Amino acid sequence: ELFVLTYGALVAQLCKDYEKDEDVNTCLDRMGYGIGVRLIDDFLARSAVKKCRSYSETADMIAQVAFKMYLGVTPSVSCSSAAGNEFSLILDKNPLVDFVEELPAERASLCYCNLLCGVIRGALEMVHLAAEVTFLQDRLKGDAVTEIGITFLRKAEN
Amino acid sequence: RFTKDTARFKDELDIMKFICKDFWTTVFKKQIDNLRTNHISVLQDNKFRLLTQMSAGKQYLEHAPKYLAFTCGLIRGGLSNLGIKSIVTAEVSSMPACKFQVMIQKM
Repeated sequence: ELFVLTYGALVAQLCKDYEKDEDVNTCLDRMGYGIGVRLIDDFLARSAVKKCRSYSETADMIAQVAFKMYLGVTPSVSCSSAAGNEFSLILDKNPLVDFVEELPAERASLCYCNLLCGVIRGALEMVHLAAEVTFLQDRLKGDAVTEIGITFLRKAEN
Repeated sequence: RFTKDTARFKDELDIMKFICKDFWTTVFKKQIDNLRTNHISVLQDNKFRLLTQMSAGKQYLEHAPKYLAFTCGLIRGGLSNLGIKSIVTAEVSSMPACKFQVMIQKM
């Protein structure tokens, strides 16, 4: 609860600091990135997982191990491109929004959980996987589900 | 939220003890090590969890206050909702030990 309330206070403060939703979203993503590049060490140390050999394994790892470890939930994963590099994580439960009823009218474009996108992006970069991570759907915005899209870009030279 | 089911507090000292034991344990997984109350209540935590990863001594000392400000606010907010108006400051001389000073304001 403390974590969720703290996150809410953070987003609320950013909303005071920045007028435009896009700026808050960018800030959250940047903060998330800073967390992700460090969190990956903690994740690898605590999970002791073996190296992922495919994008699909990586996406599964994020959803089933990392999300479980840090947020206590397991989003479902599906591959959304024939090329095998686009994945979608559907969050049934999202603890970060436990105390959020709905976005205020003047903040309709706010990606409340955008921090998560930055975290995933930062963590992947540290294991030499460049990726774009965004919210494709968001229950807070009225969509049916909350969906995070991960698109793996070309693999960096190891 | 934490105090939903607790009995009413007898006095300010009771509230400070609650902060030192129950509140601190729930938030930081340990109790306050030392509480002194004269006019100002001083809560001493010898192994403050937000500082343990930072240094074990004087290194980065000038940056420590930034990481304590949030906790000062947390204490002040908690006390405020329990009916106590206060000013909370923090002091570090050697990490990871730190002291939170609570100045209760008579309304």
